[in-house]
Amino acid sequence: MTERMQEGAPERLPPPPSTDTEPLPPSVPRRVEPDPTKTGKWYRPYEYEVSREKVREYAKVIGDDNLLYFDRDAARAAGFRDIVAPPTFAVIYSVSAIRKAIFDPELQIDMTRLVHGGQEFDWFEPVCVGDVIATALQVGDIYQKGDLWFVVFETVSTNQEDQKVLDAKWTWIIRGT
Amino acid sequence: VAPELEPGKRIPELRVTPDRYLPYRYAGASGDFNPIHLDPDVAREAGLPGTVLHGLYCVGLIARATVDAAGGDPRALRRMRLQFRAMAFPEQEIVIAGSVQDVGEAGARIEVHADQRERALVGKAEVELELGGDRSS
Repeated sequence: MTERMQEGAPERLPPPPSTDTEPLPPSVPRRVEPDPTKTGKWYRPYEYEVSREKVREYAKVIGDDNLLYFDRDAARAAGFRDIVAPPTFAVIYSVSAIRKAIFDPELQIDMTRLVHGGQEFDWFEPVCVGDVIATALQVGDIYQKGDLWFVVFETVSTNQEDQKVLDAKWTWIIRGT
Repeated sequence: VAPELEPGKRIPELRVTPDRYLPYRYAGASGDFNPIHLDPDVAREAGLPGTVLHGLYCVGLIARATVDAAGGDPRALRRMRLQFRAMAFPEQEIVIAGSVQDVGEAGARIEVHADQRERALVGKAEVELELGGDRSS
């Protein structure tokens, strides 16, 4: 109301929009959109301890019966410290870091319009049962293309010996209407 | 022993038909309980015909297929890049295929396709496999 009066509009409530395509009156707040000034924000690392049962559960879900993900002796014979996790187990030990950022109110990500746009992984040291993986996250980029917003998270994961196990880039798209 | 991967060669196809309860198991394993994967009503409200698979489940299948192509050693998979193109659904076959683009000292670069009923689920999908290195410790 105040803004309308400053613009010299008559002092009366605007009629409610009759269709979705009508422009909203200025008194209605715009949809929440990501805040690009939060590019570069860091989140403290999350630690994840890799357990045999979780590796087994994940491997079974993706239907992977590779013995190295199930059998300690086979994994050790192949040169691993213990049962090794499938490469994309990365999504399991990274999930807390990702969730923290996606739900960060400062980033203003509208979950109902969120889709996963792209994914990049670079793997280094293998991840084995018993490892403690710390995943730090930085907001790599927030930008708009047309009516789509892109939010990019960059994560770095290291094991308990400070060896890097993963660099990852998670691109999220927030759809327009 | 890693099979020979030469430029132009195709990797063995992986065909998987996830059952209707797969998204629940993936949600439990991954911690991603977004209801568009689990609740048909919510999925329909979002304009989808029904619940959809987790995109990262398909990424897991791509990793599985490419590690297998490298002979089954997960250390072979060094890098993956992809964009998501289309939603995938349970109870429909997913086909993971790929062809070797080039082979260098660092390894093989493979262009990967993941399709469901002729729809491309991913685009610009590429993995790099390290081959034949002596990894005994």
